[in-house]
Amino acid sequence: MSERHETAAGNGVLAIEGLTVAIGGKEILRGVDLTLEPGRVHGLAGESGSGKTMTGLAVLGLLPHGARVSGRIALAGRDLLSLPPKQLNAVRGAEVAMVFQDPATSLHPMLTVGRQLTEHMRHHLRLSRGEARERAIDLMRKVRIPGPEEAIGRYPHQFSGGMRQRIAIAVALACAPKVLIADEPTTALDVTVQAGILRLLRGLCDDLGLAVLLVTHDLGVMSAVADEVSVMKDGLMVETGPRGQVLVEPRHAYTRALLESLPENAGNAAAATAGAEPSEGEPA
Amino acid sequence: MSPTSAPSKDRAGGAAPDSRKAVRGRVARRHPFARFLVRRIITALLLALGITLVTFILTNLVPGDPAAANLGQRAIGDPAIVAQWRADHGLDKPLPQQYLVHLSGVLHGDFGQSQQSHRPVADDLAEFVPATLELAGAAILISLVLGVGFGVVAALRRDRLADHILRVTSLFGISVPTFWLALVAFYVFFYRLQITPGSGRIDPGMTPPPHATGLYTVDAALAGQWDVFASAAGHLVTPALVLALYTIGLLTRFTRSAVLEVLGQDYVRAARAKGLPGRVILFRYVLRPALVPVITVAGLAFGSLLSGTVLVEAIFAWPGVGQYAYKSATSLDLPAVMGVGLVVGVVYLVINLIVDVLYGVIDPRVRLS
Repeated sequence: MSERHETAAGNGVLAIEGLTVAIGGKEILRGVDLTLEPGRVHGLAGESGSGKTMTGLAVLGLLPHGARVSGRIALAGRDLLSLPPKQLNAVRGAEVAMVFQDPATSLHPMLTVGRQLTEHMRHHLRLSRGEARERAIDLMRKVRIPGPEEAIGRYPHQFSGGMRQRIAIAVALACAPKVLIADEPTTALDVTVQAGILRLLRGLCDDLGLAVLLVTHDLGVMSAVADEVSVMKDGLMVETGPRGQVLVEPRHAYTRALLESLPENAGNAAAATAGAEPSEGEPA
Repeated sequence: MSPTSAPSKDRAGGAAPDSRKAVRGRVARRHPFARFLVRRIITALLLALGITLVTFILTNLVPGDPAAANLGQRAIGDPAIVAQWRADHGLDKPLPQQYLVHLSGVLHGDFGQSQQSHRPVADDLAEFVPATLELAGAAILISLVLGVGFGVVAALRRDRLADHILRVTSLFGISVPTFWLALVAFYVFFYRLQITPGSGRIDPGMTPPPHATGLYTVDAALAGQWDVFASAAGHLVTPALVLALYTIGLLTRFTRSAVLEVLGQDYVRAARAKGLPGRVILFRYVLRPALVPVITVAGLAFGSLLSGTVLVEAIFAWPGVGQYAYKSATSLDLPAVMGVGLVVGVVYLVINLIVDVLYGVIDPRVRLS
C-alpha cells in the first residue's frame, strides 16, 4: 500500500488510493485506485450506478450527507480526506475544480455570468473587482464565447446549452486549478456541440497542463479525448490502462461487454480514433 | 464585433452611427425593467378603478335602506323627510350617475360624508388607517423576520430537534384562532403577569407625537420623543405578535420547503465545488432563489393579516380602520364602507405591486423576458 503511494505521488498530481465510500450501510465504492497526471485526460467509464460520479464528488468532499469514506486522496502531499473543512474549502475551486453534467442547472439562474466567474476568483485569489473582471473576459475568450465584454453582463438563460457548458468550464478554470473533474460534461448537450466541448477540454488540458478526470458512460466520447481509460463496475476499478489498450484489446470481460453494447455509429467513431474495430473483434 | 469596441476603431468618420448603436444596446439592456415596472403600475391603476366600481356596486346591492338605518323611528314614517334625506345624500339619482359623482369625488380626495361620525370620510380614514397600517406593518415585518429565519433554521437542521420544535410551533401558529389568542395574550401578559401595557396605542396620560405619518412609533422617532416611542412600541408589540403568529407559522413552513428544494439544486453543489464560504452559499445561492415563493405567500398572507386586524383591534381597543369598518357596515354608512373598501383594495394593490417588483429584483428572468 505504502509503496504504491510513493510511485503515485511521484508522477501524479492527484492520487486516489483504496477509496471506499458507504452510504447508509451500502458500499458504493469498494477500494478505488486512480492517478491523474498533468496534461493528461483520464477517462472514467462504467454504467450508471458504478460509482464514477461518486469518485469525482469524493475528491471535492461533496458526497451526500451521512457518507462514510476511507482511503486516501493525495493532492500535493496532502490527504484531502483528512483535511479540516476550512482547508478543504480552500482547495475546492482553487486547486481542484469541477464541471457538472447539465449546464442548465449547474449555473445560478439569477446571477450574471460575470458574477459567477469572478466570485470565487475574488475569494480564493483576493483579486480586486477590476482584475477579476479582466480575467473573466480573458477566460470567456479562452472558451470562445463571442463578445466576452458584453457576455459577462448577461444571465445563463440568455445562452445556448453548449455556450453554457463553455461558461461552466470557464468558471471551473477561473482560479487556475491543477485538476479538473468533468462529470459527464457532454451528456446533456446536442451531439453537434459535444465535439466542440470535448475539443475545448482537450485543448485546455494540453495548453494549461491540466490533469483532467473525464467521467462518462459514453465510450465514443472516451475514445475521442482520453489518454488513459479506467473502467468501473459495482464500485470497483476493473481495468485501467492507455486508451489504445483498454479500448482495443480489453482484458476484462466487462470492458468487452461495454464495447459491444456501443451503437453502430459510436463504435465507428471509437474505431476511427483508436485505429481498430473493437466491437467486431469480439463476436457475441 | 461587439458594439462597445466598435466606436474606438473609426472615431473620425462613422463614429456617430456606431456609438448610437452602442447606446441603443445599453438602453435595450436596461429598458426591460422599466417597461416591466410601467406595465405593472398601469395594471395597478386599472385595478384601482375596478375596485371603486366593485365596492360601489356591492355596497348598493346590499339589502337594507340606509335612510332607514340612519333616520330615527319617527322620521322614517314621514316620506317627505326620507325623500329629503335621500336627496341630501345623492341617493335619488340613477346609479351610474351616483357612481360618477362618487368617482370624481374620490379623485379629488372626497369620499363623502360619514353618516355615523358626521365628518368627511377622508378625515376618518386619515385618522384610522395609519393605526391599522402600523399594526399590520409591524406584524408583517415580525412575520417576515421570524418566519423566514425559522424556516431557514428548520431546513438546515432538517429532522433534528430544532426542526421538530419549529414544526410544532408553526402548526400551533397556523391552527390557533387569532381572536382566542388575542384574548389569552391580553389576559396572561397584561392582566396576570402585568408585563405588557394595556389597550390603546400609547399610555393614557401621554400626548400622541406630532403628526407626520400617523404611525406613532415613526412619528415619535422623527420628533425624537423617545419616551413616547417606547410607549407606542410597547403597546404595539403584543397585538402585532398575536396578529403575526399565523403568518409566522405559514412562512416558516413555506420557507423550509423552499430552502430544502433549493438546497438540492445543482448550482448549490456547484457553488460548494467552487469553495465559496458557507454564508455566501446560504444567502446568494440558497436564500435568494428560495425567497421567490416565500414573497408570494407573504403577499397573500398580508390580506388575511388585514382582515385579522378587525378582531385584534376590537380586543386591544386599537383605534384602527377595522373597528371603523365594522361600525360603518352595521349602520349601513355607505360612504364610509366604500371608503374603507377602496383603501383596503389599494393597500392590497400596493402590496401586490411590491411583490411583483421584488420578483423582478430577485429573478432577472422575470424582468428580462
